[in-house]
Amino acid sequence: MHPLTIFLQDSTWINFDVGAFKTEFWQNTFDGLAYGAIYALVAMGYTLVYGVLKLINFAHSEVFISGAYAVWFTLSRLGFGPSAPNMSAVALIGDILLSALAAMAASAAVAVLLERAAYRPLRRRGAPPLAFLITAIGASFAMQYVYFIFVSGGNSEPSVIMFDPHPVFDVFGATITDQMLIIFCAAIILMVVTNMFINRSRFGRGIRAVAQDPDTATLMGVNKERVIMLTFLIGGLLAGAAAVFYVMKVPSGVIFNGGFILGIQAFTAAVLGGIGNIRGALLGGLLLGVIGEYGATLLGNAQWTEIVAFVVLVIILMLRPTGILGESLGKARA
Amino acid sequence: MTAAVATKQESPISRFRNKWNGLSRPQQWLGVIPIVVLIYFIPVINPPFLTTEPNTNFPIAMFHGATYALVAVGLNVVVGQAGLLDLGYIGFYAVGAYVAALFTSPTSILWKIPYLGVLPIAMLITMVAGVLLGSPTLRLRGDYLAIVTLGFGEIVRLLATVIPALQGQTGFSGIGAPPGHYANGRPIFAVTNGTPWYWLICTIIIAVLLLVGNLERSRVGRAWIAIREDEDAAEIMGVPTYKFKLWAFAIGAAIGGLSGALFAGQNSHIDNQTMDVPTSALFVAAVVLGGSGNKVGVMIGGFLISYIPDRFTNLASWKYLIFGVILIVLMIFRPQGLLGARQRLLAHGRNAYQRLVGKPEQLSSDSSLAPEKEAI
Repeated sequence: MHPLTIFLQDSTWINFDVGAFKTEFWQNTFDGLAYGAIYALVAMGYTLVYGVLKLINFAHSEVFISGAYAVWFTLSRLGFGPSAPNMSAVALIGDILLSALAAMAASAAVAVLLERAAYRPLRRRGAPPLAFLITAIGASFAMQYVYFIFVSGGNSEPSVIMFDPHPVFDVFGATITDQMLIIFCAAIILMVVTNMFINRSRFGRGIRAVAQDPDTATLMGVNKERVIMLTFLIGGLLAGAAAVFYVMKVPSGVIFNGGFILGIQAFTAAVLGGIGNIRGALLGGLLLGVIGEYGATLLGNAQWTEIVAFVVLVIILMLRPTGILGESLGKARA
Repeated sequence: MTAAVATKQESPISRFRNKWNGLSRPQQWLGVIPIVVLIYFIPVINPPFLTTEPNTNFPIAMFHGATYALVAVGLNVVVGQAGLLDLGYIGFYAVGAYVAALFTSPTSILWKIPYLGVLPIAMLITMVAGVLLGSPTLRLRGDYLAIVTLGFGEIVRLLATVIPALQGQTGFSGIGAPPGHYANGRPIFAVTNGTPWYWLICTIIIAVLLLVGNLERSRVGRAWIAIREDEDAAEIMGVPTYKFKLWAFAIGAAIGGLSGALFAGQNSHIDNQTMDVPTSALFVAAVVLGGSGNKVGVMIGGFLISYIPDRFTNLASWKYLIFGVILIVLMIFRPQGLLGARQRLLAHGRNAYQRLVGKPEQLSSDSSLAPEKEAI
């Protein structure tokens, strides 16, 4: 036989495990929704910045991982470790809220600092889009290696477990844990609040005005620079919240390049829903979380999740580059 | 107006540049030959202030520098000429390396091809990969391309991990090399012997430079520059932008695959560890540092990015941080890089210009990264 046919036939390339996919379907769906809620929160940061500046903020993944480092730092200082702590519910909630505060503050600070130090000088000079992209990628890698060199080296931080997930109830034979419920509900609440803030408040109107037409908005008395800073701030706050849920779900996931893959997935989620569109980010995040879980089960390796996300991105770009709901931060209804 | 421009450009570098551009083509060649000879013999001379010796074998360090220079030349076609930001160039490099490994390594079950025969195959397959990746994304805005290529770079590494036939972390060993033995029977192109590899890659770089240079001066190159400067205007003027962007992508990919195959040959072993996305960001940093759009500049940039961590080994673990910060700082203060891109007329046009105007053509040092002129 021809060696090429031997190579193609006898080597294992891809296995489809349909049986596992069938039995795990509902469990995957609910797990995927919990992951998807995290993607959606990070995707909001991409979507908001894109809506206002028409810029893909590559460094947003490092904004997110800064939050994860803050969570890890706070919790390990508070005595959390690789086994679930034995403390009262009130104290636990207090500690988690404290770490959430730290994460949101850290992420928001990094996001605003990034805007000030890297993007604003470029805007002042009227740099072309390519320069923004290169700056973003430079900032992303510089920040990753700040953590690599000064904090943790190549290994992930020792895991901090907030609590062990307890099953709450069963749906279609799938176990729903309290952890999944908390992540999903909290993320949805945050997204709804953000959506209301953008659509109802005075600041939100400013953001939408700048997204629609920066020059006209400036003429109408909107402070463009402040709006841009606010956008980065909101994106950072949501990324910080996502970091808490991420550490809750993946306690050992605090690693210098941990934001990178999640960043690509969150960006894919944003594009899937329609980049620049807040509701799209939520929809895209949840969908992508579910699709990724299906892919991992079907193909039999968790690393396929990332490949599936990428393939989904390419397929949307081919078929419907504006995403499911279309790109429209400026046109969001009041 | 012209006087103001002339006085503004009277820095020593631009004076040298103007003088250089005033020379005829054969005179320029005469000036280049000694430099090329010197570059060829650097690993043999092993100058004490340049050597990386106690830590890294100097000829091998030079080979790595030259590999990065070749990568930068290829990426320059995509980023510098056509203005498309490709962040996953490592993906093409990896495809080239894996093609070389699959066809020459004894641990691969595919049939064996001589190493030199594998190089064009690697280029061809990488080119196909470039077209496959580019065709859905090149119709869209540039930032989509950036993130899709970034994903592609990571995906190639992940596929090498999860697909058993690509042997993940074990990788492939004993990858082939060009034939030839010394009198005592030792192979010329050995893993430990960097100099012949360095000469091979220098020769290939010269060939690639001639090819790419001719392309740049042709209709294709003019189309690329038009796309880079203003895609909509180019489209309106009748440039089939999608086609030429795809060409830029495919040619850039082929050069990336070639350099990957060369690296695989010299290193004789590849696995999924060396093909990571941070290295891909280094490639972009090489092009931007040297001066995107300027072939000499990007080669210097590529060489520096590989050479500095080898020479100053205590900086090696800092390299991503340093080059990441360099990217940010360059974009703010010197977006055109060390040497800016130059628009130049063809040799005949240059002579005609000189005869008409009475002085060498004025070259702009703009690039796709330079800020736009003030509107008011």
